[in-house]
Amino acid sequence: MSKEIIICENLNKTFETSRGSVPVIDNVSLTVLKNELLVLFGPGQCGKSTMINCMAGLEPATGGSVLVGGQKVVKPGPDRGVVYQRMALFPWLTVMGNVEYGPKVRGVPKKERRERAQHYIELVGLKGFENSYPNQLSGGMQQRVGIARAYCNEPDVLFMDEPFGHLDAQTRYLMQEDLMKIWEKEKRTIVFVTNNIEEAIYLADRIVVMTNCPTTIKKEYEIRLPRPRNYVDTEFLKLREEISAVVDKAL
Amino acid sequence: MKKKKDYIWILSILSIVIFAGIWWFCCDVLKLTNSSTLPGPATVVNTFIKKLSSSAPDGATLPAHIFSSLKISLGGWALGVIIGTPLGIFMAWYKKVDLFVRPIFDLLRPIPGLAWIPLMIILFGIGITPKIATVFLSAFVPCVLNSYTGIRQTKDVHLWVGQTFGADDTQMLVHIAIPTALPMIMTGVRVALGAAWTCIVAAEMLASTKGLGYMIQQARGIYRPDIIICGMIAIGAIGAVFSGILSLIENAIVKGVRRDG
Repeated sequence: MSKEIIICENLNKTFETSRGSVPVIDNVSLTVLKNELLVLFGPGQCGKSTMINCMAGLEPATGGSVLVGGQKVVKPGPDRGVVYQRMALFPWLTVMGNVEYGPKVRGVPKKERRERAQHYIELVGLKGFENSYPNQLSGGMQQRVGIARAYCNEPDVLFMDEPFGHLDAQTRYLMQEDLMKIWEKEKRTIVFVTNNIEEAIYLADRIVVMTNCPTTIKKEYEIRLPRPRNYVDTEFLKLREEISAVVDKAL
Repeated sequence: MKKKKDYIWILSILSIVIFAGIWWFCCDVLKLTNSSTLPGPATVVNTFIKKLSSSAPDGATLPAHIFSSLKISLGGWALGVIIGTPLGIFMAWYKKVDLFVRPIFDLLRPIPGLAWIPLMIILFGIGITPKIATVFLSAFVPCVLNSYTGIRQTKDVHLWVGQTFGADDTQMLVHIAIPTALPMIMTGVRVALGAAWTCIVAAEMLASTKGLGYMIQQARGIYRPDIIICGMIAIGAIGAVFSGILSLIENAIVKGVRRDG
C-alpha cells in the first residue's frame, strides 16, 4: 500500500517579473504515498499553491523534477485533478454538466459518464441538484461540485488548493467532516493546501509545514490520531500548539 | 406578488399614453404649432392607416418601404454577424490571426458606416449592393469587438480545469472560451442590429428609390410632416421589436450567468 506516487526532487520555482526574479520554491524534496492525505501547511502567500501548480503541471518548475506515478510532469493531465479555491466551476453548465466534463473530454460515452457523474454527485451529497446552475448554489455546495468534478475524472492524485478558504466557519467544519467521509469511502491520494492549523490536523495523515517565501520544508508531522477527530481533544490541542509554534508568521 | 407585477407593467403603457396625450394637447388643443408643421397624433394615425395601402405620394405603400428596408438591413446584419463574430473569436484566441488582422481592423474601425456610402455608390451604383455593403460594415465592427472582448474574459482557472482534464486547444475554445464569451457575443449581435437598422435608414436618405429612409426624404421634399412622423414611428417600433426578439433569444441560450441590471 505505501507506494510512492508523487516524488518531488529538488523542486525550484522562480518567477521572472518586471522587477527581477522572485524565487518562490526553494529546493523542495517531497514524496507522497498512495492514498495518503498530505497537507501542505504554511503561512499565506508562501508558495503552497505554486507547489500544487508545479505538481499538477500548470506551472513549469524552474529546477528539479516532479514524478507522478513514475511519469515526469511536463504538462497538466487527467491523472492529476485539481480542486481550486473558488469560482472554478463553469457557470454555463449545470452541476451534472460540470461533473461529467472530465469524462466527456476524454470521450467516455454519454450513458457511462452520466452514471459515473451521478455517483459522485450523490457521494458529495448533492442529489437533487443535478440540474442547478452554480449561481443557484451556496459556496459550500459549489465546492462540493468542484470535489465531485475532480473525483469524477478518476485521477490518481487530487490536489486541493485551499478549497474551503472562503467559506464561513460553520460550513468549513461541515465540509471538512464530509471530505473525510468521502475520502474514507473512496480513497485517493490527496494533497491538500491550507493555512488553517485546525483544518490541517483534522484532515491530515501527514502535515508538511512550509516556510515563508521562498518556501521550503520546515518540518513534517505524522498525525496518528484516530478518525473522526475531535477539534477539542487534548491530543489535538497539543499538536495544534506544537505546530503553531513552528510555523512562520505571515506578514 | 403576481398582482403587484401586473400593476407595475401598466406604468410602461402609461408612459406612451401620457406622451401621446401631451402631444395631442399641445397640437390639437393649444394649437402651439401650425398643423402643417407639426400635425397632432390623430392626423398621424390617420396617415399611417392610409399609408398602409396607399402608394401616394412616394410610389410605394408603407409595408413595401418597410420590407425594402428590412431586406437590406437584415441581409447586411446577417453578413456582419456571420463574418464578424468568428473573426473576433479567432483574433482573440489565435495570436497570429490577431497580429495579421488587427492593423487593418484598427484602420477601418473608426470609419462610421455612413462614411462608406459615397465610395460604395461610386463602386456599386445605387442598387441594393452598396447599401448591403454599408450595413455590413456597420454591423461587422461591433460583432468583432464584442466577440474579441468576450473571449478575452475567459478565466485562467477555467482553462486550467480544461487542461487538467486533458482538453486540447480546440476543445478549450469550444467548451470554455466561447461559452464564456456568449453573453458578450449576444450583446454584440444586438448592437450590430441597432447599427444596421440606423445605417440603412440613413443610407436610403442619400441614394435610393425605396425604403423608409427614402419615404421620409420624399415627404420632406413635398412638405408632409405627417408621413415623416409615420416613418419615424415605423423605424422606432421595428427597432424596438428587434431588440425585444434578440433579448428573448439571448435569455434562451445564455445559461447560468447572473446578469446585473
